[in-house]
Amino acid sequence: MRLSAEELSGERGGEMVFSDVSFALCAGDALVVSGPNGSGKSTLLRIVAGLLPAAGGRLSFDATESFPTLASACHYLGHQNAMKTALTVAENLGFWRDFLGTPLNPVDDALEQVGLGGLGHLPYAVLSTGQKRRAAIARLLVAHRPVWLLDEPTAGLDAASEARFGELMAAHRRDGGIVIGATHLPLGLEGAGELRMGET
Amino acid sequence: MLALFLRDLRLGIRAGGGALTGIVFFLAVVATIPFGIGPDLDLLARIGPAIVWIGALLASLLGLDRLFQADREDGSLDLLVLADERHMLALTVLVKCLAHWTASVLPLAVASPLLGLFMNVEPAGLAAALATLLVGTPAITFIGAAGAAVAVALPRGGLMISVLVLPLAIPALIFGVSATYGAIADPAPFLPPFLILCAITLFSAVVGPLAAAAALRHAD
Repeated sequence: MRLSAEELSGERGGEMVFSDVSFALCAGDALVVSGPNGSGKSTLLRIVAGLLPAAGGRLSFDATESFPTLASACHYLGHQNAMKTALTVAENLGFWRDFLGTPLNPVDDALEQVGLGGLGHLPYAVLSTGQKRRAAIARLLVAHRPVWLLDEPTAGLDAASEARFGELMAAHRRDGGIVIGATHLPLGLEGAGELRMGET
Repeated sequence: MLALFLRDLRLGIRAGGGALTGIVFFLAVVATIPFGIGPDLDLLARIGPAIVWIGALLASLLGLDRLFQADREDGSLDLLVLADERHMLALTVLVKCLAHWTASVLPLAVASPLLGLFMNVEPAGLAAALATLLVGTPAITFIGAAGAAVAVALPRGGLMISVLVLPLAIPALIFGVSATYGAIADPAPFLPPFLILCAITLFSAVVGPLAAAAALRHAD
């Protein structure tokens, strides 16, 4: 599996926020995108996911049978957690597991792995900010996607959860996955490539 | 897809889902008309089917602005769009419309015979109003989905949706009311306007989700 970008440029609201971004990632690779606010980290991730059109350049991805397009191969963890406050944690994750297809871990296992074991019956609304983020991270574990696009994934997490999340990302890379994370904080990704935005 | 239907149905019915808002509004509109018009039973019976239909139309527009906006605010919409390859976005929209209709609009149709009674509509008219609402209101939801998708990024989208959707929903209202009158008044036929109403619903079931999917894909 290979994911590469050539001279990618992106714009937001008619303003060019970055240009000439190139990277190439193979199975097991990780890329940390860093840079000051407004340097286009989130825009880059949204372009890779196909949620925004690229202003220039191109993205290429080796299609496989189960993941014919780049968008179908991506887990996207944005600033919002994509969980409904009126449903319980387990209902939320169960829905995404069914909807996303290619199920991986059962909901209970995924919650156990992010340290929320036994909290599945609680309404999502009563969780704390960090717990909500961890439930959203559990979404990455209930369905299989080779590419993880993470936008400030550790925002609101305590040190222990950060370390646990680092292990989850490492495990994903060992299984041949790709991780692209946009962040200000160190993500604990060993041997990850680094892409600094806003320094052109 | 069944999972999406069940999730949206649950969200609609649980507290804060807004399914009740439409029903209460519908009740309020239809129940206040007799007080305003006065106790003229013949007049009420004559305008009854039209009032029931107008009330149902306006009530079903109420919850539409939340159809995609709620998903956009919590980030679910991004994931629904991303899943396009596995679940075609237009089908996702169709399923969301069906869930919205079941949770918020179906109860309006079910309540319509009772409200028709308030308006002194005769039994044949009550049955016809129920049948036309069951067949015709999905069209309003499907057309409304396109409006909701266009207005998804606007902070006060509800107003915009009403302005966009109301003109497009008028044909359903016209044929719904004329079919209902056809069941009561003798020379007017029931079946032709009823079948045209079915056709409008089938047509908008295809065009509405496709238009909504196109709008959602370019939402930001």
